[in-house]
Order: sequence, then structure tokens, then C-alpha cells
Amino acid sequence: MIRRVLLPMWAFVFRDFHLTRRYFSWVVVFTFYAIVNAATIALIGVAQEDFRLTLTLVLGALLWSYLSAMYQEIANSIAYERWEGTLEYTFMAPVSRLVHLLGVSLFATFYSVVRTGVILLGLALFVDLDLSGANLWGVLVVLLVGSLAFMGLGLMAAILPVMSPENGAQATNILQGVLLLVSGIYYPVSVLPPWLQPLAHLSPATYALEASRKLMGISHPGSSPGHLVGAPLGAVLPELLTLFLMGLLFIPLGLWVFARAERWAKHTGKLKRTG
Amino acid sequence: MWAIEVENLSKVFRKTTFGRRQEEWALKGVSFRVAQGETYALLGPNGSGKSTLIRILSTLLLPDAGRVRLLGLPLPQEERKVREQIGRVSVDAAFYKKLSPRENLLFAAQLYGIPPKEAERRAMAILERLGLETRRFGDPLEEMSRGMQQKVAIARALLIRPPLLLLDEPTTGLDPKSRREVQGFLEELRREEGTTILLTTHDMAEAERLAHRIGFLARGSLVAEGDARALKELAGAQDLEEAFIRLTGEAFAQEENHDS
Repeated sequence: MIRRVLLPMWAFVFRDFHLTRRYFSWVVVFTFYAIVNAATIALIGVAQEDFRLTLTLVLGALLWSYLSAMYQEIANSIAYERWEGTLEYTFMAPVSRLVHLLGVSLFATFYSVVRTGVILLGLALFVDLDLSGANLWGVLVVLLVGSLAFMGLGLMAAILPVMSPENGAQATNILQGVLLLVSGIYYPVSVLPPWLQPLAHLSPATYALEASRKLMGISHPGSSPGHLVGAPLGAVLPELLTLFLMGLLFIPLGLWVFARAERWAKHTGKLKRTG
Repeated sequence: MWAIEVENLSKVFRKTTFGRRQEEWALKGVSFRVAQGETYALLGPNGSGKSTLIRILSTLLLPDAGRVRLLGLPLPQEERKVREQIGRVSVDAAFYKKLSPRENLLFAAQLYGIPPKEAERRAMAILERLGLETRRFGDPLEEMSRGMQQKVAIARALLIRPPLLLLDEPTTGLDPKSRREVQGFLEELRREEGTTILLTTHDMAEAERLAHRIGFLARGSLVAEGDARALKELAGAQDLEEAFIRLTGEAFAQEENHDS
């Protein structure tokens, strides 16, 4: 167990931690941009003097920052390997794709949580956030359960750089853009064109946001700028169950799709250092 | 027991350009065997299929026809068991260049289930033997010379103490001193550990020094094999290069573009 699972899984955490450390200036640049981006969105609510709108935008920015960072870390893990020239060595190691995914996801979760925390601190410089009364632990539970589905989506997207070394990495951004559009991150899904709305039901971010808004008490009639009336975790069980089932479906599906893509790449010779 | 058994191995790469389907045969019915503890060198120009063959043996590529058994295990059925027992060094030292040798080696070791302390001990011993200054163990690899990077690549392949080592032009681009150090280390490895080595190279002298037997690979086919003396006698040639040209009808300087 230790030799076959835990040590190989830890290897990916070890590698990604040291790569993040060595590319720290880039991490600072991207985090700074994310803080500024979140602040400019949140300030729209401040300008409207509407605390519910402000909280909706802040929650959207933070939740999307977390989920998109996790998705990108997993989806781009293959593209990074190809870019570094290490793809062949990682793939010829005696490590199952599940262990590979778990290792990459473990660091991605840790990294995304820290990054989102830093963005929240940065946002506090621009927006007066009083979250008393919000069920923040409940939001954390929703994020962690929602992470499972995003891991599966990331894994499915990770096949794109395997199949197309030239354009695959860019294509992962299209999928991410579609998720951003249809999940109602900053607006209710009901404002989307009717033909687009069914796609919202397929995105885990939609359910994570719906649940988080309830837990924060954003729409609760009794909430005021000084005191929010957050819902208990039991009130979002349907969303939690949906997110869990999505994770249960997307992770094995992602592994299956990835295994097919890997086999195809081994037939066509796409599993090369540089593509 | 044979360490490597390759039978009628073929690989074709297909691509479509402007609606035209093209086929390039990288390997055409290649067969050879390598005994345990033997060093076998594959000689061939660029595009002869050497790297394709190494990739198939490394479990990174699936053949279109033929059979492969490594250490008695069939591929691709026993892929995982084979992966646990092979080390590979490719022509370019493929590393996370911002990471140090220590970080790269510990990552690789943990992938194979070797605890970090044990991996560090093994890596230091190999790198010291290869003449790498261990005080540079923590510097980013991108700041190191090609020779130093290649020594770290060899250390990575040897961390798991593999019974079978696949070396794809491991000394290409190294300075003469580094090349001699690597060659000396490979000889020592074979002598002391009994490691089986499959080596591809352009370097005739290297093949003659290291290999028990040599195979001439040209345009995806194994044209001739034997020890250096037998090949020279077969071709009626003074040296290996001349023997290669006579037996394959191909000069070594010839460049082709379809090596995969």
C-alpha cells in the first residue's frame, strides 16, 4: 500500500510543491491578477450599494477562483509535462492513473484553498465584508464535495493535450469558459438564453453556487448588511447529494476516457516528449 | 533466460496531410534477443527506427505487429511489472529544469515506491561515482551543463536498480571526459550488477567498447547482428563504420526525418 499508492501519490505533491516554489514569481503575478479581477467584480456590487449583489459577486469570484484553479491544475498537468519534456518518464513509471490523479488533485486542492484564502484577504482591502451569521463551514463542505466532480472534469479535459499536442492545452480553456458561462457564477442561470440553460444542470459549479448562496444567507429575507442568516447544512442536502453523485460519475468516467486516450496516444505515437 | 525477446516487430505511423494519407514504416519485422547480463548495441542513422524500438520496449508505444517479452514478461499484458524493472535514459535529459537534481531524483524514486532517505543515499552514491559535484545537488538543473544533466538522468534510471537498462544515445553531446566516465560506469554496472543493457548509439567506438553484440538497423530493418569482429568479417571491412555501410548500403551521416 505504502510503496504502490502512498509514496507515488506523495511524489506528485512533492513535485508540484517544489515546482510552485521554483516558479513563485509567476504564482505572485497570477494571484495578484486574480485579486484585482475579483475586486473589480465585487466593486460593481459596492457601486450599486446592494449588499446582496456584492456578496453574490464576491462568492462567485472566490468559488470560481477555487474551482477553476483546481480544474486548471489537473487539466494542464499533461500539458505541463509535455512542456517540461518529462511526459514519457512519468507515464512509464509503474503508477496507476488513479494514483496519478489523486496525487495531482491533492496538491491542486491544497494550492487552490491557499490561493482562494489569499484572494479573500486581498478582497478585504477593497470591500467591507461582514460575514457574521454565514455558515462558512458549510461552504467549505460544499467546496470539498464539489471538488470531486471538478477533478473528474479536469481529468476529462486533460486528454485534450494528450490527443493534440499543438492545440490541446488551449482547448481546455474553452471547456473552462463554457463552465464559467453556464454555471451562473455572477448571475442567476435564469438570465441565460433558454437554449443554454439546460447546460447549467450539467455543471457542478451551478449546484456548488446554489448551495453556497443559501449557506451564506445571501437570499434570505432576514439577512442584513451587518448580519447574515445562513442556512444549516441540512438545507442544502439535495445540492450536496447532486455534487457527490456527479463526482462519483465524473471521476471513473474521467479515468476511463483518459485510459482510452492514453492507449490511442500509444498507438499513434503522440505520447512523446515534445509532441 | 532472455532479458529481451523481440519477434517480427513492426510499427507504422500514419498521418494525413492535405487529405492525403501517408504511411511511414518505422520498424519492419525486427527480431532479436538479448541474454541476461549482455550488452547489445543497436547502430543506425537518424530515422532508422532506434528510438521507436526503445519506446516500444519502454511501454510508451504499442506495436502494430510482432511480440515483445522483457525479462520473460509479455508486453503490453504485463506492462506494470515490466515498468517496475526497467530504467531508461533518452538522448535528451528530460527533467523539470527548474528543480534541482535532488528534487528530480526524489520525485522519480517516490514514483517507484522508494522512500526519500533511501533514494537520496542511492542517488548520492551514483552521482559521486559519475563524478558529479554533490555540492551542486540542490542547484536547478537548468544551470547545469548537458554532461551533468545526463549524469543525473543515468542516476534516475539506476535508482530502482533495474535488471534491464534501455539507453537511447546516452552519450550523444557529451564532452570526451564525461563520455568516458559514463562508459566506464556502464561497464562497471554490467560487471558488478549483471545488468542487461540495450544501447542505441551513433558512436561506433562506443558500441565496440561496450557491447557484446551489435545490431545494424537501417530503414526500420535489422540488417545484420553479431559481435564487432564477426560483423567486420562478414562485410570484409576494416572497421565498423565501413561494415555498416557495406551491409546496409547506407552512410551514417545520412539524415532522415522520420525517427520517432
